[in-house]
Amino acid sequence: MEYFGKRWHDMGGDPAGYINPDEHDFSLWEKRVDALMVLSSAKGLMNTDSLRRVLEDMGPEAYATMSYYERWIASVTQNMVEAGAFSPEELAAKMENVRARGDTYGQAS
Amino acid sequence: MVRVKDRWPPGHARTPAYLRGKCGIVERSCGMFNNPEQNAYRLKPDGRELLRVRFTMAEVWGDAAENPDDILEAEIYEHWLTPLD
Amino acid sequence: MPHDHLSPSGHPYREDNDQPLTYWQTMEIAVRELLVEKGHITAEEVHAQIDAMDARSPAMGAVVVARAWTDPVFKAALLEDGSSACRDMGFDIGPMHLIAMENTEDTHNVVVCTLCSCYPRNLLGLPPDWYKSREYRSRTVREPRKVLAEFGVNVPTTMKIRVHDSTADMRYVVIPQRPSGTDGYSLDQLADLVTRDSMIGVAIVKQPGV
Repeated sequence: MEYFGKRWHDMGGDPAGYINPDEHDFSLWEKRVDALMVLSSAKGLMNTDSLRRVLEDMGPEAYATMSYYERWIASVTQNMVEAGAFSPEELAAKMENVRARGDTYGQAS
Repeated sequence: MVRVKDRWPPGHARTPAYLRGKCGIVERSCGMFNNPEQNAYRLKPDGRELLRVRFTMAEVWGDAAENPDDILEAEIYEHWLTPLD
Repeated sequence: MPHDHLSPSGHPYREDNDQPLTYWQTMEIAVRELLVEKGHITAEEVHAQIDAMDARSPAMGAVVVARAWTDPVFKAALLEDGSSACRDMGFDIGPMHLIAMENTEDTHNVVVCTLCSCYPRNLLGLPPDWYKSREYRSRTVREPRKVLAEFGVNVPTTMKIRVHDSTADMRYVVIPQRPSGTDGYSLDQLADLVTRDSMIGVAIVKQPGV
């Protein structure tokens, strides 16, 4: 019988190598992503489980190629669209507007 | 004693694969929480009891356990547990 | 915008402000502005939330641990209900459900989240990168002794290891063992000894000067 097996994010016990102890301080844009998740959850637009669900559905390629907060903003955005906070069309227009402001995060934000 | 259900439904769940089918004892009840399997899809969630279950490494990993007497504890929702008593 | 913020560690943030704008940064700005324009959040709330997270750091947890070392009544309350005990000390830990686990002569506790990266962020601040790594998440439940040895902690086989997989709604802080040679230390002196890693369970608190 076909069945859904262990999913990629469910990593407990998987073989893996040495733990890289390097750390980095969070940049302002990462802290803002974090704040958006906390605030939109507090407002009832999403929750921790819906954040996780989208992250899981993004798949192992996203985990391997995107940074932590890149994945988070992707999940927050998906959740906001699902919650009706804004439409994909509005988001696309706003992103064009942001990009037109300058070439760096500092200029555009 | 409880056994974690050896089920593999699709979608979001908070029961790790490596504990499904394993037996342990309830360490404590954490109280009632939103069922994450509904909450994840922004559906109105039912309340479910969350329990901390204690397993031995021997139970979880069998002969491959690093140290059979070491302990693994995890939070499991009531609907994933079958009482064995 | 200048780098007018220092991170909790005292280091400047990474200089992403000066790097070419990325797709995901563009999305963050757009989402934030849309949420503000539509009245879901305010810019002030975003500032306040960042400040609140910056105020949370391992130093908060260290104070809780130092008090537990010196005040048996508080320690009992902390073990009974970690969230209430922290709130009673005046710490804003938000809605977090906290469980404190005490290291003893015969038990060493260590915390991991195999399904994502759950962490007691409202007490200790944001988690270190390695806590979120595939390697730490995969291995800690299967070979905790090897993982701890990589962090420099060799747990004798006479001691039991208790691994806590933070799978759902609870968050965990380890109360490390108080090192010997600290009799007469003040709360502040004790708190200075307590590291973030010791509260995750991948370090022990060392005796000063040893």
